[in-house]
This record gives sequence, C-alpha cells and structure tokens, in this order.
Amino acid sequence: MMEYVDVDEKLAVDKFYVDEDNAHIVLRELGPGDMMQFHTLELACPAGLYECLPDGTVRFDYAGCLECGTCRILCGTTILEKWEFPRGTFGVEYRYG
Amino acid sequence: MSEDKFDAIVVGGGLAGTVAAYLMANAGLEVVLIERGNFPGSKNMTGGRLYTHSIEKIIPGFTAEAPLERKITRECVTMLTDDSAVGLDYRSTRLGKQGSDSYSVLTSVLDQWLADKAEEAGAQIIAGISIENLIVREGRVCGVIAGDDELEANVTILADGANSLLAQKIGMRAEFKPSQVAVGVKELIRLPASVIEDRFCSSDGEGTASLFVGSPTAGSIGGGFLYTNKESVSLGIVATLSTLVEGNRSAPAMLEALKRHHAVAPLIKNGKLLEYSGHIVLEGGYDMIPKLIGDGVLVVGDGAGFCMNLGYAVRGMDLAIASAECAAKAVIEASGQGDFSAESLAVYRTLLEQGFVLKDMKTYRRFPHFMDSTPRLFDEYPRLAADTMEEMFVVDGRPSIPLRKAVMPHLKRIGIGTLIKDVRKGLGSL
Repeated sequence: MMEYVDVDEKLAVDKFYVDEDNAHIVLRELGPGDMMQFHTLELACPAGLYECLPDGTVRFDYAGCLECGTCRILCGTTILEKWEFPRGTFGVEYRYG
Repeated sequence: MSEDKFDAIVVGGGLAGTVAAYLMANAGLEVVLIERGNFPGSKNMTGGRLYTHSIEKIIPGFTAEAPLERKITRECVTMLTDDSAVGLDYRSTRLGKQGSDSYSVLTSVLDQWLADKAEEAGAQIIAGISIENLIVREGRVCGVIAGDDELEANVTILADGANSLLAQKIGMRAEFKPSQVAVGVKELIRLPASVIEDRFCSSDGEGTASLFVGSPTAGSIGGGFLYTNKESVSLGIVATLSTLVEGNRSAPAMLEALKRHHAVAPLIKNGKLLEYSGHIVLEGGYDMIPKLIGDGVLVVGDGAGFCMNLGYAVRGMDLAIASAECAAKAVIEASGQGDFSAESLAVYRTLLEQGFVLKDMKTYRRFPHFMDSTPRLFDEYPRLAADTMEEMFVVDGRPSIPLRKAVMPHLKRIGIGTLIKDVRKGLGSL
C-alpha cells in the first residue's frame, strides 16, 4: 500500500491562478491496461494530483499543478492526451521559489 | 506586439534568461525578455544554493546588493537509515571566502531582482505571455509566436527551463528518458532567525547546506537537501524518475519521511509551511546536453541540461549564469558581424568549452552513470555506515569482540569485492 500524504493541505499555502476555461493537462479515457502507467504518476507527481481511489476509479485535477513536467516525461506519449504549460499568467505563482 | 524586429528575444525569466538579457542590453542591443508567469521568477524554484563566482564577475557587487539569504559556511552530508544518521560535518573559515562563496537563495525573489537589473540596462520585459512556438523559416529561427502575435528577432535565446518544450519542438533536443530526470519536491518552512542560528550553530547571517542520502527515498536514486535561509529552511527531496516509479513510496511521501526522520524533525520543529514547490532536475550530465546552437537560436541554462549532481554538492545556477554570459557574448559578436547563422553563433560553444561550464560537465561525465549503476549508495551503504557506528559506539556490557571482526558480517552482506569495485568506480567518476 502506498502511504497517503495530504498534499492538498500543502498546496493550499501556494498561490494559484487556475485557468477554469482551459485544462492544460488532459488525461485520456483509461482502460484496465493503463493502470500501471497511472500508478507511476501517482508515485511521481509532487502535487499528488493523480489519485487512484479505493473503488478503483481514478481522480486527476490540473488545478494545483506545479508545472514540473514529470507526468509529461513519464506518460506524455501514453495516457496523457495533452500536456501544455498553462496559458500566460495562469497556474502556480511562486513567491519564494 | 511591435512590428519591429529585435536584436534578441529571450524566452524565460529565470537566472539564465535575465542574465542574458542584462548583458545584451548593456551592450546596446535591443532585447525583449518574455516570461509566461506574472513576473520573472514566478515559475521558478530551486533547491536553494547559488555559488556566486559566475554572477559576481558579471555584476560586480552582486553579493553585497542582491537579495541573498545566508552565506554558506557549513556543509553536511548525512546517510540515513530508518533509525540512524551518520554524517560528515564540515565547518571551516575556508568556506565562504570571497570568490568561492555560496549563498542560500529564494530564486523567485532573486530572479525579479535580476530582471529589474536587465530592465535598467534597457531590456524590455514582457510578463504573462506564453510562447507556444517559434517562427521557423527555412530552418532558421526568426522569432516567437504567442497566440496570434508574432515577434521577430535576429536571435532567439531559449531560457525556458528544464522542461523546454520549445527546444524539443524545433528538434534541438530529444525526449527525456526517466533515468535522466529527477523530480524535486520542496517545502519552504518558516522559522525565526534566532532559532535557525541556534539549531544549526551558525553565526549571524551564516548558513548551512546539508544533503541526505538513504532511507527517505526508499531505495530510489536520490536524496534530501536542506538549506538554511534568513528566516526559513528549504527542505526537500530529489528522486530519479526511473527508480522512483519502481518503488512504493511517492515523491511527496519521501519528503514526509525525511521530515519525520529523528535527525531532521527537531531542526524544523514548530516551523510553518510558507510554500510547497516541485520541479524537474536534469541529471543526465554531459551526455544529455541537447543541440545548443541553430540558425538564429541558442539554448541556455537548465534547458541545456547544465546541471551537475555529485552527491555531495549540486550545481545548476552558476552554470545557468555562465552559459547565459557565453550566449550573450556570442549574440553581441554575431550582431557586430550581422551574421546570425549557426556557424557565426558557434562561438557560444567555444566560450562554454573555454570556461568552466563544459569543462566541469565533461570532468563529471561518468558520475550520473555511477549513481545509476550503484543502487547500493542509496540503501546498503547507509546501512553499513549505521551498523558500523553501532558496533563502535553502542556499549552494553557484553564481552567485546574486536571491531574488525564485528564489522565483517556487515561488510560481507555487501561483499568486499563489490565494495572495492564501487569505491574505485566512484572515485574514477569524480
């Protein structure tokens, strides 16, 4: 079992301008054969945005993305339908960095 | 946007971008720097330590004037197992001497300061615009495209960071392999300055750089880092993607494991989270450097893979700055000749080779492979160190056996031949 970390609580201190009209990362419809790929994102995403729920369904939300590109490198050609940087002005804004 | 053609467009307002813009503007070129965030620095994060030798030469007085955090005068490397910590602790008045000094930094703050310098020098800074594509005509990069707007320049400098999609789009770099890339996760934790100075035994204004290897990354290649800032601590982990995804502990959980380790927890006790950040780190070294020069285009900084992780020290920012300087010089020279072809801009590579950037990258070329091929570094060696320490320091009244005999079973677990080979390989790559 993967140990759960409440990353949302940490992301809550960060400043985000979420682009409600445009998802900059889109996950494609997943089949049972895609779960291994999805699991790598569950492990690697620093923001914990890829989550496999106990009932076997998956959850992904681009709000809270730190724009690091990890998921693009791991799954950009497999289970991600789209990976772009957020449009100008949108996304995370580091005050300290 | 303006119809006029610029001498140079810089994409990205990080260290490399702002320094390149500053130098070119200073030389009288018409420069525009375009940043996708709301201000230069707003998308940037770093572990937190800048060796200032390269920037001090470019901006004399930088160290006195720039928003730096603490001067690093203490270096620690610690091996962690679940219940132990075995470390090296180096404090010396030789650390931090002018010319070889390093400072903890908060890069978003520093980049804004550098962007202001570039602006004062005459560069135009445009924030909040994301460059999606480059204008390419007959193989020559002629400018940038943002939405319906196009902006032209003689040279475009790609300073758009480790995850440079632009360099990839025009075929200057291949897609990364997960073994070449690590993910970094960091918490910036607020603590009063006096508490930091007490906990880290440092004088006023002085700071500690600390690296960790072992149990928090659960066998994955990687480790932890801690830098003390004026009134905060930067604490994070870095883990190589190829091994991270084979394990069972997520990147955020690795950071939690580091935070709750008994050797780390007291250092950040009662601290308050100020910011949580993530970034990729290109760890492939010399062998993953992309094509750096094309007709009308140069790649600098993180986007060029200029990053060195040696286990005991991590460098990237001083390389970014020096690469920006080399690129700016190349553009200034090319402008003098009015020739912006790859051949004319090739002086960029010559300067990188003459300076420390490519020399150092070459020197440590084999180190990434050493880490890749020696997983014991992240697991068995920290355990060996901890077990050896236990034999030395734990006294329980049982009759003693000689240390050499006591340590032997621990050594044999790894194999003495393997140990000797690893030491030779490690030394050979450094």
